[in-house]
Amino acid sequence: MTTVAPFTTQPSKLAIEGVSKSFVTGRGPVQALEQVSLQVAEGEFVCLVGPSGCGKSTLLNLVAGLELPDTGTVVADGKAVRSPGRERMMMFQESALFPWLDVVGNVMFALKLKPGLSRKEREDTARYYLKLVGLEKFRNANIHELSGGMKQRVALARALAPNPRVLLMDEPFAALDAMTREQLYGDLQRIWQERHVTILFVTHNVREAVCLGDRVILFSPHPGRIREDFRVDLPRPRDINSVEVAGYSSRIHRSLREHLEHGAGI
Amino acid sequence: MKRYLTAFAFFAALIAAWHWAVVREIWSPVLVPAPESVGRYLWEAARDGSLAGATLVTMKRLLSGYVLGLAAGLPVGLLTARFRFLRDTVGLLALGLQAMPSVCWVPLALLWFGQTEAAMLFVVVMGTVWSVVLATENGVRNVNPIYVRAARTMGSRWLHIWLRVIFPASLPFIVSGMKQGWAFAWRSLMAAEIFVTILTGFGLGHLLHYGRELHAMEQVIGIMLVLVALGLLADKLLFSPWEHWMHRRWGTDRAT
Repeated sequence: MTTVAPFTTQPSKLAIEGVSKSFVTGRGPVQALEQVSLQVAEGEFVCLVGPSGCGKSTLLNLVAGLELPDTGTVVADGKAVRSPGRERMMMFQESALFPWLDVVGNVMFALKLKPGLSRKEREDTARYYLKLVGLEKFRNANIHELSGGMKQRVALARALAPNPRVLLMDEPFAALDAMTREQLYGDLQRIWQERHVTILFVTHNVREAVCLGDRVILFSPHPGRIREDFRVDLPRPRDINSVEVAGYSSRIHRSLREHLEHGAGI
Repeated sequence: MKRYLTAFAFFAALIAAWHWAVVREIWSPVLVPAPESVGRYLWEAARDGSLAGATLVTMKRLLSGYVLGLAAGLPVGLLTARFRFLRDTVGLLALGLQAMPSVCWVPLALLWFGQTEAAMLFVVVMGTVWSVVLATENGVRNVNPIYVRAARTMGSRWLHIWLRVIFPASLPFIVSGMKQGWAFAWRSLMAAEIFVTILTGFGLGHLLHYGRELHAMEQVIGIMLVLVALGLLADKLLFSPWEHWMHRRWGTDRAT
C-alpha cells in the first residue's frame, strides 16, 4: 500500500469521509446516508449489512462513481471518485448481463473497452476468467440458457476480467437458491484469495456477511448510518453452516435488533 | 422439411379447390378465371418482361423509401426517447401521424410532387418513418437501466453506450417497428400505384389497375398472387432471420 488519503492516519484503499446523500422520491426527500465514514484497507473483504432503506446500496453506488455524494468525499487510492472507473467494478443483484451477447461476449465487453490489449490477450483473459468461475464450457451459450447461479458466475467473471482493484457487490446472491449460494460462497472466497481484490459486499443476510467478510459493518436506516464495525477473526475458507459463523451472526443480530429498537422510527 | 411439405400440400389443395369450382362452373368464368388462365397470364407477363419490369419499379420505390424512412426514423426515435421536450413535441406529432392511415398521404404527395417518383418516395417514407420513430422511442425507454449502469462501470461512455448497449437492448422493439413500417409503406405504395398513373414508371399497382380497366380477371388475380408472394418473401428474407436470431439469443417465445 503506497497511497495514503491525506486526512487519514492509516493507509486505506477506500476512504469514505462524512458522506451524506439524499434522494427526492414521490413521497418527499429521503435521507439515504447521513455522515457516513468508512476506511477499507487494500485486499480487505468488507460486508455492509442492515435492513432495507439503510443506504448500503447507495454507498456502493457512490464508491462506484455512479452517483455523487451531497457532502463528504469518497477517495479511492488517494484520488477522489467522480465517475465510474474500470478499477472499481460492480456486480448487481440481477445479473445485468447483456442478453444480446453470448457468455464470452459479455466478458469481452469490458475487455474491449480496456485500452492497450491485443485481441489475443483479450481472448486469453476472457478464457482465464471463465475458467476461474468454472464456465469455460459455456463460453458460447446464450444468457437465457444459464441458471441463476451460472449467470452470477458470468457476471463475476465479467467484473473481474478488466482486473479491477475493487469489487463492489450489491446483494449478488440474494436471488439464488440456498444450495447455489453456498457453492458461490466457497468460490468467492477462493477467488478473492487468489486475485487479492478489495471487496465491498452489500447484503441483508448477516450470516452471509459473517461467512464472507473480514469486517461486518452494521447499518441502521432512516437516515442511513453506520452503527457498528465487527471484525470477524475466523480461518478461511469458512462454512456458512459452521458453529463459529453462527455464533458471530447471533451477536451481530442481537445488536442489530437493539439498534432497530432504539433507532429512529422504523 | 415436414413443415414445407405441409405448406406445399395446403396451397396445392387450395388450387385444386379453385380448379374444381371453375370446372363445376359455380361462378361465371369472367369473374373467376381458371387457375390455368391465371398461370398462362403470369407466364406470358414473365416472358415479355412486363412483370419483372413492374416488380422492379415497385420494389425500387419501396426499398429506397423504406431505407430513407429508417435512416430518418431511428435517430429521431433515439432523440425523442432521450429528450422530454422532443418527446412532447415531435413524439406527439409522430404518434398522430402514425395513427393516420398512411394512404392519406397520397393526395398531398400528388399535389406537391405531381405524378412523379418523388411523390411515390414521399408516400413510402411517410408510411415508414413514424412507426420506426415510435418503436425506437418505445424500445429505448424500455431498456433496463441496470444495463447502462453496468456498462458505465465497465468504462462505456456516451456514444459507446448508445451504440453498444441501448441500441442492441432495444432491438426487439425496433425490429417490430421496422416490420410495421414496412407493412404501412407497402400498403400505401400499392394504393398510390393503383389510383394514380405515375408517368415515370409502371409498377405492380398499375398492372392491377389496367387488369381492372380491361376486365382481365386473370391479370387482376395473377398480380394479386405476385403481391402475396412478394409479401411472404419480404417477411422471410428481411425479418425472419432477425427475429429468429433474437428469439434464440433472448430466449423469448419462438413464433409458433
